[in-house]
Amino acid sequence: MSTKQALLGKKIGMTRVFVESGEVIPVTVIEAGPCYVTQIKTVANDGYNAIQIGFGIAKKLTKGEAGHLGNLPKVANLREVRTDDVDKYTLGQVIDASLFSIGDLVDVTGISKGKGFAGGIKRHHFKRQPTTHGASDRTRARGSSGAGTTPGHVDKGLKMPGQLGAVKRTTLNQEVVQVDAERNLVLVRGAVPGPTNGLVYLRKAHKTSAAKRKRVLQD
Amino acid sequence: MTDIIKSLVPEANPNIPRLRSGDTVRVHARIVEGNRERIQVFQGIVIRNINRGVSSSFTVRRIASNGIGVERTFLRLSPRIEKVEVLRHSKVRRARLYFLRTTRGKAARLREVRMENQ
Repeated sequence: MSTKQALLGKKIGMTRVFVESGEVIPVTVIEAGPCYVTQIKTVANDGYNAIQIGFGIAKKLTKGEAGHLGNLPKVANLREVRTDDVDKYTLGQVIDASLFSIGDLVDVTGISKGKGFAGGIKRHHFKRQPTTHGASDRTRARGSSGAGTTPGHVDKGLKMPGQLGAVKRTTLNQEVVQVDAERNLVLVRGAVPGPTNGLVYLRKAHKTSAAKRKRVLQD
Repeated sequence: MTDIIKSLVPEANPNIPRLRSGDTVRVHARIVEGNRERIQVFQGIVIRNINRGVSSSFTVRRIASNGIGVERTFLRLSPRIEKVEVLRHSKVRRARLYFLRTTRGKAARLREVRMENQ
């Protein structure tokens, strides 16, 4: 039984929020919604229950997308949310930031910032080699990749230089600090994957025991 | 910085005037003691001013007992600051008065400046 609730949004940036107690909370501002229900999938029709939500204004749609959306708003991004509560949704229904309230825990998914092809130090936090004792030409080199004739090959999965970032990442259990339903803003404690103006996917946290406890308390 | 983030910055505290480096100030800060709240006054010289939106802050240095220097940084927009009084201005030639940290006694004095429109 899956009853996920989620939104798509745009990362606006980070700031800090003052609480009356004097505490300062670092927050990420996310413009979450308005999202539209663009498709409802059912077991009978598709083999599983889900809703598809759309967000953002598309500059241009392909004919396929235009046909799929029909009279619905021309959204730029589509995502599916697995939920068995499909009867609660109607096509074209608007889901906005009011889905979340202060104190909720959310999981935020985004494409992390791309750092390009990075060496071992930046990518895997390797230590630097000495700058003296004859090693000054290889301070940022990664060192040995293993023994010689035995085993005769490089271990699979060995940490090496390569592409860093620009992968899908999810941060779990981030607290909702503030919600502005009018402007569809959600302020989440801490940092969120991805660049400013990047697309993020917010869902009510459900994975960890902390999130479960929170939900039980609320119900 | 986008307009949305700017719009989230709280309004400036009207009880905090413009501060300059070298000003002698009394900062009235609310502190929680057990379950009681009271106002604590911190008096000293402003040695640093940072104007950076929500993160704007100022640092006040005072000489506590036994000649020990104490510095405290206040966030300008913190709701914990009740008010700030400026007692005097000083003639200073730099924005960050870090040199005061290595001076003591008579050497740590700053010459007063009277401001006309203040």
